[in-house]
Amino acid sequence: MQVPAALEYERASDVDHALNLLGRYGDTAKILAGGHSLLPMMKLRLATPEYLIDINDLHDELGYIRIDPTEARIGAMTRHRELLESDELGRMFPIFADAERVIADPVVRNRGTIGGSLCQADPSEDLSAVCTTLAASCVIRGPGGDRVVAMDEFHQGPYETAVGDDELLIELRIPVHPNGSSAYEKVERRAGDWAVVSAGAAVWLEDGVLSDARVGLAAVGPNTNGITAVSEACRGQAPSEELFARAGELAAQHCEPSTDQRGSADYKRHLAKELTVRTLRQAVRRIVERN
Amino acid sequence: MTTTEPKRTERFEDNDQKPVGYGRMLRKEDPRFVRGKGRYVDDVQLPGMLHLAILRSPMAHARIVSVDTSAAEALPHVHAVVTGTMLADKGLAWMPTLSNDVQSVLATDKVRFQGQEVAFVVADDRYTARDALELIDVEYDPLDPVMDVRKALDEAAPVVRDEIEGKTDNHIFDWETGDAGATEKVFAKADVVVSEDIVYPRVHPAPMETCGAVADYDAVDGRLTLWSTTQAPHAHRTLYALVAGLPEHKIRIISPDIGGGFGGKVPIYPGYVCSIVASLVTGKPVKWMEDRSENLTSTGFARDYVMRGEIAATKEGKILAIRTHVLADHGAFNGVAAPVKYPAGFFGVFTGSYDLEAAYCSMSAVYTNKAPGGVAYACSFRITEAVYLVERMVSRLADELGVDQAQLRLDNFLRPDQFPYTTKTGWVYDSGNYEPTMRKAMEIAGYEQLRREQEQKRARGEIMGIGVSFFTEAVGAGPRKDMDILGLGMADGCELRVHPTGKAVVRLSVQTQGQGHETTFAQIVAEELGIPPADIDVVHGDTDQTPFGLGTYGSRSTPVSGAAAALVSRKVRDKAKLIASGMLEVSIADLEWEKGRFQVAGDPEQSVTIQDIAMRAHGAGDLPEGIEGGLEAQICYNPENLTYPHGAYICVVDIDPGTAHVTVRRFIAVDDCGTRINPMIIEGQVHGGLTDGVGMALMEMIAFDSDGNCLGGSLMDYLIPTALEVPDWETGYTVTPSPHHPIGAKGVGESATVGSPPAIVNAVIDALRPFGVHHADMPLTPSRVWEAMCGNPQPPI
Repeated sequence: MQVPAALEYERASDVDHALNLLGRYGDTAKILAGGHSLLPMMKLRLATPEYLIDINDLHDELGYIRIDPTEARIGAMTRHRELLESDELGRMFPIFADAERVIADPVVRNRGTIGGSLCQADPSEDLSAVCTTLAASCVIRGPGGDRVVAMDEFHQGPYETAVGDDELLIELRIPVHPNGSSAYEKVERRAGDWAVVSAGAAVWLEDGVLSDARVGLAAVGPNTNGITAVSEACRGQAPSEELFARAGELAAQHCEPSTDQRGSADYKRHLAKELTVRTLRQAVRRIVERN
Repeated sequence: MTTTEPKRTERFEDNDQKPVGYGRMLRKEDPRFVRGKGRYVDDVQLPGMLHLAILRSPMAHARIVSVDTSAAEALPHVHAVVTGTMLADKGLAWMPTLSNDVQSVLATDKVRFQGQEVAFVVADDRYTARDALELIDVEYDPLDPVMDVRKALDEAAPVVRDEIEGKTDNHIFDWETGDAGATEKVFAKADVVVSEDIVYPRVHPAPMETCGAVADYDAVDGRLTLWSTTQAPHAHRTLYALVAGLPEHKIRIISPDIGGGFGGKVPIYPGYVCSIVASLVTGKPVKWMEDRSENLTSTGFARDYVMRGEIAATKEGKILAIRTHVLADHGAFNGVAAPVKYPAGFFGVFTGSYDLEAAYCSMSAVYTNKAPGGVAYACSFRITEAVYLVERMVSRLADELGVDQAQLRLDNFLRPDQFPYTTKTGWVYDSGNYEPTMRKAMEIAGYEQLRREQEQKRARGEIMGIGVSFFTEAVGAGPRKDMDILGLGMADGCELRVHPTGKAVVRLSVQTQGQGHETTFAQIVAEELGIPPADIDVVHGDTDQTPFGLGTYGSRSTPVSGAAAALVSRKVRDKAKLIASGMLEVSIADLEWEKGRFQVAGDPEQSVTIQDIAMRAHGAGDLPEGIEGGLEAQICYNPENLTYPHGAYICVVDIDPGTAHVTVRRFIAVDDCGTRINPMIIEGQVHGGLTDGVGMALMEMIAFDSDGNCLGGSLMDYLIPTALEVPDWETGYTVTPSPHHPIGAKGVGESATVGSPPAIVNAVIDALRPFGVHHADMPLTPSRVWEAMCGNPQPPI
């Protein structure tokens, strides 16, 4: 049995209470949401917080998926399983269901939350790649009120985020544009392992050409990253296998994989290309099939 | 004689209550497991029990400059902090391994692998004990580690075992088997010779339950009770007596429910010894339980063989000879668990299932700065490596000759009339009939159709492979004239007592770790005595309660203790017959045995049941002249030979052309383990072993970086397959009984682990043939498969 270091535990009853506790304990505290990353780190004593603030009672307040014509809003305590099972979200952004199907296992999905996933800031984390792909923005609440941070600025290196010691991520906002779709694909050595590489793609079609296209990659850099070169190359072009192939090449060029137990840098670069092609193709196919 | 599966569909039936031994029956032990009533070492709670935690080396190779324990000792609720120096004062800093080497209990001079034991703390609870470890200040002087096994024998290599007087290199032993000269002659005349460098990477047994112990030393009567995660309680007791100088009759080892062993719980680990020392020092019971990382980084690994394989054949496809040189990485201490005359275990069966003219193996074993071990790990003493080598080489030869993998094997199998067969390396295969087993696997697979499907898929650019392997195992160690562990012969005792009411208790020296002994052994006795299995209690895992024997590993329980259980039952039956003759007033010659009763020949109405006889044996009525009361017997079974199960495995894989991800689509396993006692338990063993094989073939490996850091120290890093990575297993069987085993059973625990990795690798290589790939090493992760597809396969180390 792996035993964590001693700690104090407190259960927050609402967002204000949680912020209050954060204000009091600052960087000696950690927020406990699903706990599937934090608790293993504590057992290995890689994380040794003095205080643990459990926000699972905030699920009523922060567990929601609301979609209106211009924006989707997802509460930070929304659990993986709820994201997977939301038909409305699945219709609007099929990338979520694609990703959720390959995130760990049902036990983890029953507990893990979107806010916890993003705040962990693991470079291979799936929902971070999804939010990067969808150009989400993050609503962070602190003592001075709410501030909104774009996904590109939310992660500030491996395991580092823009969330201050006295702040809490409370919501993700995803812009809704007409006639779009999305897809996600991951290669892993085994179910539940971190991604070797994964890719998300989102595309929007207007009069037969791509009005916009976005690709987000995980596990090929210090954080999940959006490949702007792909967006630039795709905008205004009609979707085609040639275009997808070019996008794949660009994705491979614009990532920074490193060799580790999951695979060689060369292989990961190859996957960046392959998965970019596949997800772009799938996202476009979904629009065509829907229409 | 070989019988193949009967046509009727075998259904599950609960024969718990029938006076019939063999057949499907629910496991007697499962109700307590499914209700959470199993009792493992970590469930043992004793009054006043303290907890022990071990400080481990963060470095692979470093001199210990100083150890300061003062801050840890000052922590409230800490009872003792013990270092290597303190153990050295008691002469306990080093202990013997199972291979006549020594291993440090707590490091004194230097640390030799990351994770090595340096000091321990005893405290009121495991949290305090763990906290105190962080307060121990050890100063290390780092040394260059020996991590690359291929460079371990270089002159410039640092010497891992410089504490051994006169030791100036990392060499442990050289070993050879077969005939080098004869083999060279055959190779020289052969039309076709194929060679390949093959690595079987280091893997770990990774049982669900980690290792641990509760030591309780009673200073008044000098008795030590040790609850311990051991597969061999009796052997451990003797070794503790020899090492610690405690009288053997004052030591009681209890191995309660064990959550998986796979060979990893055969050795004695420093933690067990530390627990005993801690109880002696504190005068209180002390519990030590490893965490997962400690288990993965410090307890016995398996495999780690770097092999050069060569195979010679005629151009018509007659296999003539096999030759290999092996470089074996044994880590920092030689802790191989194998009979002492077999430093490479039973690797000598690398000649496989084929009729060869010659064979030869040479091996060098070396020290490196990695964890010690080289345990069985579901390999029947290195047969996993041997079978992998020969089965890769035979498929490699098929590839070279352009013939079908299955056909090449069929053409070269030993014939039934050649058994008992002495191999070119001296192993005597007891019985075998290989072709029906192979044909059956091909029939279940629809082999010809699969080959057609593969052809069509290749034309469409899809990547599909079919892999075949055929293994002959050597299990049930073993004859005491040849096989011992540190001088203890590998025989096993068994006691059987029939109570007055006809219920029975059978006491075994082997120890279950999940194999279902409480059911299988009850069934063996039931078959012999005609008592329902439900009426037979199986006792094991407690040295005070059971006769001496060497324990469970190397698939030896059924071949050795299973034979003992059958023979002890027959001894009881012989006595029962004498009593029956008195009860029925007929001569012994006129009695017939009908399962569960003796009856008068020609007059079956006149009979007495085994229960009637048991009551008479204990009752007040007369017994025949010279017969003592009671109905019990004891035996110690010394097997005359090993048993040699075999099997044919076929694997079908699909590989994603874009991502190189391998999916095992189908797996067909036809096993022949001789007489089948409980088919459900056999299938469970096979399913587990096959899953294990998928793990080794596709994902498992204990890797190190060049500084000696273990990269597989958690189950996030050391991957074990899940239900999602494995197909629905398709199993079948043939039955070729062992001629020398009393009930013809052969053992099956490790067959699937031995046979499945080559089938999977052969399937992947078969799939990649259009890419010009001839070999790629395990683990075949997507990245490594992609490298092979790109024409650049890399060894894993």
